[in-house]
Amino acid sequence: MVLMLLQIFLLILMLIAAIFTVAYKDLMNSVIVSGFISLGASLLFYFLQAPDVALTEAAIGTGLTTYIFVVTIRKTERMEK
Amino acid sequence: MKKIIATLILLVFTFYTYNTIKGFRFGHDFLNAKTNNKKISQKIEPAGKHYLENNKLENNASNVVTSIVVSYRGFDTLGEVTVLFLAATGLGVILTLTKKEDDDENENDSSEGEPSLIVKTASRILFPLIFIFGAYVFIHGHLTPGGGFQGGTIIASAYLMMFLSYSNFKINHSIFKSIESMSGLTFISIGLVGLIGFGIFLKLNLIPMGVFNTLFSAGLIPIVYIIVGFKVGSELTAVVDSYRENW
Repeated sequence: MVLMLLQIFLLILMLIAAIFTVAYKDLMNSVIVSGFISLGASLLFYFLQAPDVALTEAAIGTGLTTYIFVVTIRKTERMEK
Repeated sequence: MKKIIATLILLVFTFYTYNTIKGFRFGHDFLNAKTNNKKISQKIEPAGKHYLENNKLENNASNVVTSIVVSYRGFDTLGEVTVLFLAATGLGVILTLTKKEDDDENENDSSEGEPSLIVKTASRILFPLIFIFGAYVFIHGHLTPGGGFQGGTIIASAYLMMFLSYSNFKINHSIFKSIESMSGLTFISIGLVGLIGFGIFLKLNLIPMGVFNTLFSAGLIPIVYIIVGFKVGSELTAVVDSYRENW
């Protein structure tokens, strides 16, 4: 039951992060918040007994993808028009 | 008008998604549970049951996911490795092409934003630990969760941390590229030995299968995963580094 509630809490957190990713005008904030979605997904995969996928999601989604987006924003424009 | 259309499309999308997944309970164990929905249990059981029951006999690996990825779906793994290789090569080509155009701009902004001493020292201490953890993940791929891809990405994120904290941290590109190519070549040749000699791509029992649940078990699975780990790690590190050089 506790696990179920934790999963629901994580899903709601991910949903809020997804909404903020779209809503932010500052793209740097969007990228950081979208990293939170990956973090929540990674925890969720772990609770659903898929530690393999959780490891990949944590390393790729939270680390490398965020970094590549940050570099791309530095190369282009930070503010959304 | 635009918003109304967007809402309508979203509603249709939600309706069909809901209809597709409403039979599945979130995080449900379909293999062992008595489901009321007979359709789903019949659909999922045969392949999964075969893997779970015959895995020890056929592959001798205690991590079933690994034996599915490397043995039962070994050909798919070849496809994944090829896709990653193509993506890394394409990115490298595009980035080196754009680099030549604005070469003089990069030299000006290389010194800005140096991280603090705490970040530098912490990442210098953490780097070997994360590196060893990544190596552990891909060496023990047939025993514990994880494998070549996961270990490789962990190693790449260790390098990423060093790139972030030291602006003058450099890696030798030619060494990384040769590691990548050699491991890709070894992976394919191991697969082809099985294909030519026995008619099975990536035949695992070319070497002794070993004792179940020990480090030396599961035939070629640990060797294949060590190769994949080297390949993915060097590939992603090279990708991140070629991205960083264009700051």
